[in-house]
Amino acid sequence: MHIMEGFLPPLHAAAWTAVAIPFLVVGARRITRITSEHPRTKLLLASAGAFAFVLSALKIPSVTGSCSHPTGTALGSILFGPSVMAVLGAIVLLFQALLLAHGGLTTLGANIVAMAVVGPWVAYGCFRLTRPLGLGIAVFLAAMLGDLATYLVTAAQLALAFPDPVRGFLGALAKFGGVFAFTQVPLAVIEGLLTVIVVNVLNQYSRNDLDELGFHDRVRAGSSAALKPSTA
Amino acid sequence: MKRINLILLGLVVAIATLPLLLPVTRGLAEPFAGADAQAQAAITRAHPDYRPWFSPLWKPPGGEIESFLFALQAALGAGLLGYYLGLRRGQAQRRRADTTDVPD
Repeated sequence: MHIMEGFLPPLHAAAWTAVAIPFLVVGARRITRITSEHPRTKLLLASAGAFAFVLSALKIPSVTGSCSHPTGTALGSILFGPSVMAVLGAIVLLFQALLLAHGGLTTLGANIVAMAVVGPWVAYGCFRLTRPLGLGIAVFLAAMLGDLATYLVTAAQLALAFPDPVRGFLGALAKFGGVFAFTQVPLAVIEGLLTVIVVNVLNQYSRNDLDELGFHDRVRAGSSAALKPSTA
Repeated sequence: MKRINLILLGLVVAIATLPLLLPVTRGLAEPFAGADAQAQAAITRAHPDYRPWFSPLWKPPGGEIESFLFALQAALGAGLLGYYLGLRRGQAQRRRADTTDVPD
């Protein structure tokens, strides 16, 4: 889903950067709050970032005969709320832009919006909606749909910048969507399965961290995403 | 739970290896090319007059360096995640051992 360096016209690049910045600010504040109120969850927060780090490095073959990668942003989103992922996802994207020439600085804003904002928010919303169906199903659907949403946003961003000469935005959306969507479906399933595995392991060994975050309470009560104040 | 996770992991491996076993790359110029590069190619095809106005500040000098950096990224992520899960697993086991021990 990385839009390559220089491959968005300056106006689009600036606009997406402007959209991304408020999410980064809110995400940074949220991280500061979580680490001061729930210091024992710091390592879990870092691990959620690490999950995105490793998954977005894995280019996996797909049935379309091309390769793409998962994003890994749903895990942190359902554990800590979607806003923290803006910052964690941006770190991943910055690493790849600076060291791998994968994505870019001018397209960083657009890529952050796709991978670190829309993906996590879709994952989070989906998780909340489908939670009554069972934890595993909700985690799977959240991660899968969050992953697909990210790629759909990338396709829309490219279609806005490069509308089809004849069929306009929708024609271009179908074209770029065709490049990403079919390739991404099996990878989104993989991302869903891997996220379920990690949540299962967390549930088994890391119950205290999840309780500290009110993960299960929040889910049962169906209340707002606000974290409980620390009781420790 | 361990069994469910093993089954899920098996599914992941199956989905990832299936494309390698099926004849899905027949007729493709480059087998298993990256989707990002394909999108870039689609742009240049439809808009041949578009010139990227900025280029990466630094590019990995060669494919080996690039794969080294990708491997490094994956290793850092997996290393930290593995450290965390191992730490919590050990703590959980010790807690369980402490509570089942009969105190003197």
